[in-house]
Amino acid sequence: MTSDGVTVEELPWEQVRAPVVRAAVSVGVATGAYGLSFGALATASGLSVTQACALSVLTFSGGSQFALIGVLGGGGSIVSGSASAVLLGARNMLYGARLAVPLRVTGWRRALAAHLVIDESTAVALASEDRGVRAARLGFWATGVAVFVLWNLSTLIGAVAGTAIGDPRDYGLDAAVPAAFIALVAPRLRTLPTWLTAAAAAAVALAVVPVVPAGVPVLLAALVPVFAVLVFKEREQ
Amino acid sequence: MTWAAILLTSVGCYLLKVAGLLVPQRWLEQPMVARVAARLPVALLAALAAVQTFADGTRLVVDARIAGVAVAVVALLLRAPFLVVVGVAAATAAAVRALQG
Repeated sequence: MTSDGVTVEELPWEQVRAPVVRAAVSVGVATGAYGLSFGALATASGLSVTQACALSVLTFSGGSQFALIGVLGGGGSIVSGSASAVLLGARNMLYGARLAVPLRVTGWRRALAAHLVIDESTAVALASEDRGVRAARLGFWATGVAVFVLWNLSTLIGAVAGTAIGDPRDYGLDAAVPAAFIALVAPRLRTLPTWLTAAAAAAVALAVVPVVPAGVPVLLAALVPVFAVLVFKEREQ
Repeated sequence: MTWAAILLTSVGCYLLKVAGLLVPQRWLEQPMVARVAARLPVALLAALAAVQTFADGTRLVVDARIAGVAVAVVALLLRAPFLVVVGVAAATAAAVRALQG
């Protein structure tokens, strides 16, 4: 069966839906808990509880939010703080472009979907894509909504309670997130070219971590498939 | 003034997200672009996993996360379910941190 150009295995929707929802919820919990850190750090950097919550609702991009309060807390200017925060969000544009075809949203749904375009919703959507476009869409919306709700709730709790709650890292949640991404990519690592793409992308991202701002390494790793397509063009045809 | 920074950041981040979704479908369906797009998920997932395992801001560090991720990989090789993989990663990293005191 093909749907929107993606080959789909013949599986009942219930069997497709359950693992996508499980991935969405566990990624949502692990990532959402970081709102506690963000809320606590934001108020420590001089933001009010309302400002911390507004940033989580309106920006909804963890890396950008941490960058902004880092610059503001360090006495930096509004322009430099906002500029580094927006640069960190540049990879979301790439995610949006990649998600545009499977999501196929227009009008107010596109306006809403755009707000939920983040690392986690993109990761679950793209990892679910080989089970069909419907699974990819469910992965995107379920993860986006799960992270949004938990991220904002935990921002409020963190902003009110301050550092009393403790660090999500004490619970190992900083290892849970990469483990989830590895579990999502693992089923796709069936052939040598996919292994090479994964290894090269990971190597490129890690190599540039010390020399580019946070958030940019993942963007540069996207050059690996571009390079692969250009170099192996002849061989594939 | 903090509000100005919040609004500026939010508008900037939102415009980037929506710009991605607004890329014309015609352009995305070009053969070369489609072939890149087909390889992009593996590259993005691998890069995200690597960065979130080893990066601390703009530094590369080896800390409790690597233990959690290593145990997660073993769990994956043993065909453990997704939730178990994520759970053992968190439990291992938390245990290593607790032992380090």
